[in-house]
Amino acid sequence: MSRIDPLTLAVIQASLAQVCNEMDIAFSRSAFSPVIAEADDRSSGIYDKETGALISQGEFGLPVFVGTMQYSTAEILRLIREGKAGAPRPGDIYIVNDPYLGGTHLMDVRFALPFYYQGELFCWLQNTGHWPDVGGMVPGGFSAKATEVEQEGLRLPPVKLFKQGVMDPEIYAIICSNIRVADQRIGDIKAQAAALKVGEKRLTELLDRYGRDTVTAAIAEIRQRAAKLMRAHIATIPDGVYRSEAFVDSDGVVNEPLKIALAVTKQGDTLTFDFAGSSPPCRGPMNSVVATTYSSVYLAMRHIFPDTPLNSGVFEPLVIKRPEGTFLDARYPRPVSGCAAEVSQRIAEAVFLALVQAIPDKVTAAPAGSSGNFALGGTDPAKGTSYVMYQISGGGYGGNADHDGLTNGCSTIGISKTAPVEVMEQYYPVLFRRFGMHEGSAGAGLHRGGFGVHYEVELLRGEARASFVMDHGRFGPPGAQGGREGGRNVVRIHRDGAVLTPEHLSKDQDIPLKRGDRVEVLTPGGGGYGDPLQRDPAIVARDVGRGYYTPEAAATLFGVALDGHGAVDAARTAALRAGRA
Amino acid sequence: MRRVVGIDVGGTFTDLLLYETEADTGRVALAKIPTTIANQAKGVLAAIDATGTSASAIDLIIHGTTATTNAVLERKLAKVGLITTRGFRDTLEVGRRTRPKPYGMTGTFEPLVPRDLRLEVAERMNAQGEVVIPLDETELRAAIERLKGLGCEALVIHFLHSYANPAHEQAAGRIALQMWPNAYVTMGHALLSEFREYERGTTASVNAAVQPVLDRYVRLLQTELEKKSFGRDLLVMNGNGGTVSARLVAREAAKTIMSGPASGVMAAAETLRQSGVANAITYDMGGTSTDVALIHGGVPEVSSELTIDYGLPIHVPMVDVRTVGAGGGSIASINAAGMLQVGPQSAGSEPGPICYARGGEAPTITDANLVLGRLDPKRLHAVKNPVSVEHVRAIFEAKLAKPLGLSVEAAAAAVIRLANAHMSGAIRMVSLSRGYDPRDFSLFAFGGAGPLHAVALARELGIPEVLVPARPGLTNALGCLVADLRQDFVNTLNVPLDQADISEVQRILNDQRARGMAVNAAEQNEIVETIVLHGADMQFRGQTHLIRVNLPSADVSREEIQKIFETAYFNRFQVHLPEIRAVLVNLVTSVVGKRRTFPISALLDASDRASALDSAIIGERKLYAGGAWHTATIFDRAKLPLEARFAGPAVIQQIDATTVVEPGASVLVDKVGNLRITVGSASE
Repeated sequence: MSRIDPLTLAVIQASLAQVCNEMDIAFSRSAFSPVIAEADDRSSGIYDKETGALISQGEFGLPVFVGTMQYSTAEILRLIREGKAGAPRPGDIYIVNDPYLGGTHLMDVRFALPFYYQGELFCWLQNTGHWPDVGGMVPGGFSAKATEVEQEGLRLPPVKLFKQGVMDPEIYAIICSNIRVADQRIGDIKAQAAALKVGEKRLTELLDRYGRDTVTAAIAEIRQRAAKLMRAHIATIPDGVYRSEAFVDSDGVVNEPLKIALAVTKQGDTLTFDFAGSSPPCRGPMNSVVATTYSSVYLAMRHIFPDTPLNSGVFEPLVIKRPEGTFLDARYPRPVSGCAAEVSQRIAEAVFLALVQAIPDKVTAAPAGSSGNFALGGTDPAKGTSYVMYQISGGGYGGNADHDGLTNGCSTIGISKTAPVEVMEQYYPVLFRRFGMHEGSAGAGLHRGGFGVHYEVELLRGEARASFVMDHGRFGPPGAQGGREGGRNVVRIHRDGAVLTPEHLSKDQDIPLKRGDRVEVLTPGGGGYGDPLQRDPAIVARDVGRGYYTPEAAATLFGVALDGHGAVDAARTAALRAGRA
Repeated sequence: MRRVVGIDVGGTFTDLLLYETEADTGRVALAKIPTTIANQAKGVLAAIDATGTSASAIDLIIHGTTATTNAVLERKLAKVGLITTRGFRDTLEVGRRTRPKPYGMTGTFEPLVPRDLRLEVAERMNAQGEVVIPLDETELRAAIERLKGLGCEALVIHFLHSYANPAHEQAAGRIALQMWPNAYVTMGHALLSEFREYERGTTASVNAAVQPVLDRYVRLLQTELEKKSFGRDLLVMNGNGGTVSARLVAREAAKTIMSGPASGVMAAAETLRQSGVANAITYDMGGTSTDVALIHGGVPEVSSELTIDYGLPIHVPMVDVRTVGAGGGSIASINAAGMLQVGPQSAGSEPGPICYARGGEAPTITDANLVLGRLDPKRLHAVKNPVSVEHVRAIFEAKLAKPLGLSVEAAAAAVIRLANAHMSGAIRMVSLSRGYDPRDFSLFAFGGAGPLHAVALARELGIPEVLVPARPGLTNALGCLVADLRQDFVNTLNVPLDQADISEVQRILNDQRARGMAVNAAEQNEIVETIVLHGADMQFRGQTHLIRVNLPSADVSREEIQKIFETAYFNRFQVHLPEIRAVLVNLVTSVVGKRRTFPISALLDASDRASALDSAIIGERKLYAGGAWHTATIFDRAKLPLEARFAGPAVIQQIDATTVVEPGASVLVDKVGNLRITVGSASE
């Protein structure tokens, strides 16, 4: 029994989360960039002053940042101890985006503030925001062809951008000289710093109210309780070793699949994740840094057990063996721009595919698991200005024990919505010829997956270059419990009556386009769950009536025969299914 | 003699307020009867009967209905067909790449119009409103025939970029109206002329799906009222907090969604105005949910971006009411880590809290109030086969107190305190997201449970004052009584301000005004004054979030708009961005026909009031607060004299609510009869 009463404990836990939520909202509300302001590609948290361990993180932060910032805090603390970063003083804010120092990709820029209470360091506050550009060989940073991190943009070690409350104009000038559309970044920098200040103020109020000793003791207790809750969840999983594999199409440079091999061992109340057997580091930008690899496991577990609080206690029973020598633990100077958006989702997929075998009622078949990044850059002759258009896409979710998967669900690691066609056409010289469902893409199953999207966009004026960082072009998202894989990602370029497909299927860079050329994209559907032959024939008939599947697919995938009116032909269906069983 | 009736049909009760005036005297009559779910009109008539007044003697009825909200939430909707631009059949189904919750890969979504009832025709506008592909009328006719053949009752025509140029939708609408067997044809641009195809299309589909439902209900109600010789005007509440004539309401049926919560906020705004309070957070806590809204400068905040259910945005201007948590039925439990939790599970109204004696066995917030003496234990006897306080205490002991190592009282107090902590967090997020600090507001508490928690919640939020209205449980009906006739319009321009055609801007604003005046003209005898409010939604180029600014008139100049926007942006974000261009996204106009005011003080019958405060005391009981039992004075709300002052601990009882005045708080009954509670601080 702790010496803190249970009410105070519960209230302090809620209050710490509230501090983080208020930092998140302050950041989004005042950020200039749409990627932060509307897409919420940011996160805020509170970290231990000795270890950097996560004390609390906002519920509305981007999922891929679950856990990453505790590693970057730990790295900052290490560099300070080693004299490689300046010692903290009140009012300082460090900036860092080095992926190898507890990060993701270069575009995710972290601000860290040492928090002092009554003159003494109490903890660290940190936030991450995805900047629209950090320099590098392509606008936006998602190069599919980079072979070293220097090509991906400006890399900052932890340096004090704010010194005792005042922004350092020299560091600011260095940053601005190395990134595109630098004039708008001041709006984001101010917002990112101001959000930490909001956290500072609210946390001070919390400490004033409950006292330093009580809050310190509560943080320790909350962490133990969180570990206990995760252990209780893990205890419901049968003991055993659960293996899975997931594949990244290619690294963008060498056209070979990258393998993630995962063995999850459940013993007692601990889960051990071992990635031994995964591919070695790759030439192209599909490497992951270790902080992102760990975070991807954590976010997958939180998708499975959403009621666990966000603090380092929940990570304790999750033992991840450091995947040294694989592309999941890339070191300098390996390029890493694909880690946050794509590799992270393959890691989460591997976790889902392993654990769906153990707890099939709590885990889904594989979701589409790609951010579907498509960038179109060019100059609009009508306006005389250059532009970069980003189109992200969702895909189908996996079927599960209760129901079919969601159509066009958000990426596993994200929470951002796509921009409406009507907005894209206002800003860019393009016309969408279609934007709808990727028919037939839902993996067949007792409960099928959800559908991906299918769009086709035409360049109306001038010339442009198209780049893609997507995935699941080579293999569809796998099904589970007898379900089939979801439809694959397809990219097609229509030019002068010919159709081109990128060599790497889902990844390419700088494909030249001219007026009238069209880009067609079909995103993956979710994997199916359970035996498709068990699916209610009436629902299969409904799906065919809606044009989700063709009548032929109903027969081959589900063993359902339809009559001339689209109704189930019971006798032929029984025969078809009997022949398959 | 003039008689006006406000009547609100809620999920559980149908509430009525009748206001009779003659010369300079007024009289209020109240009625509260169970809602007749199958046919709401029956309950409406029964409520009128309950006042002892005949329908034929009523001059005006203002009606709030949940018919459309419930129809959407329960998916009891008309069969709708949709005709759209080739290539965009799936807009309603693919949405914008979301999932129901940030964590968890499960959840489902069914669009309001299934895919087999969504047909495409050749036509296309571009973003500038220029025709790229002409409308193929032959194809259109075939599509209309097909949807008729498939048994659709209502039709949506939703074309891309119709906000920029509605010509194709209008042409298609004309053809459809000739061919469709009824008038249930909704054109996407007609309801809101705003960009974003998924949101506009969904809004149009919701409209089509509830139009027949509302139309049938309103016709039924009118017929029933006519049978009782009611021959005067019937107005219906909209979600924007205004009213519209029953004859016109079905055309834009989607606007009636969420009108119940909106009318509660309108009642709050008028009550606060008459008490001289400009800024308040409204806090409506019932059995199953808690709603909050912000009133700033006397005006309820409005949003055009509300979502009624996952994947169902309704982008018409509505009072911005947000559900921030569960109500009194929220269940307290201890999780696997031994942590106390309140919610998210709720006992709802069936089985409900333990003390409702309907078989509930899980401790709830309501039960905690009972254990602590905040609710009157004697009222348990109002239910059939009542449970005893001892029974409730025994469950608290076993399920909460013992595992936590607390006394039963401390465990119950912890449940309430933790619920308030969550609630205050959610309320802070709502106000911060709109750029306000809740500490600059009063807390206006209503609903059955709002006044029970308001003082403690206000302390949690750092809010200095709580205001409890005369009739906390009849607020929606009051909202009907005080609501104005209000028409809102939105048109999207989305052009940089320095490139905008200002004469076109002025033309649109003037046109919006004229359209509003035309709708309100039908009820001219109800309007004492018309107020026209113009505004714009703006942003800096490159941004996606919008700021709403007020414009002084329809004939505003470019320079004025620029200056107003820069000032508003600075006030909100403390940043000047002179180098970045401003974009004029939407033009908005509200035409408000003010109705005669209703004196809030009439809600409590002056003849019931005691001459001295002591005569309002009806007893005392034990109240647990701040870790100890106190003896609280019990007051009868109806008997409280105006201008009376007293201090907590006290409990104020009335039929529809219980107000708890914690130790350290003090009460003033103000000149219109509202309780003004200075929350002070807990004396521990």
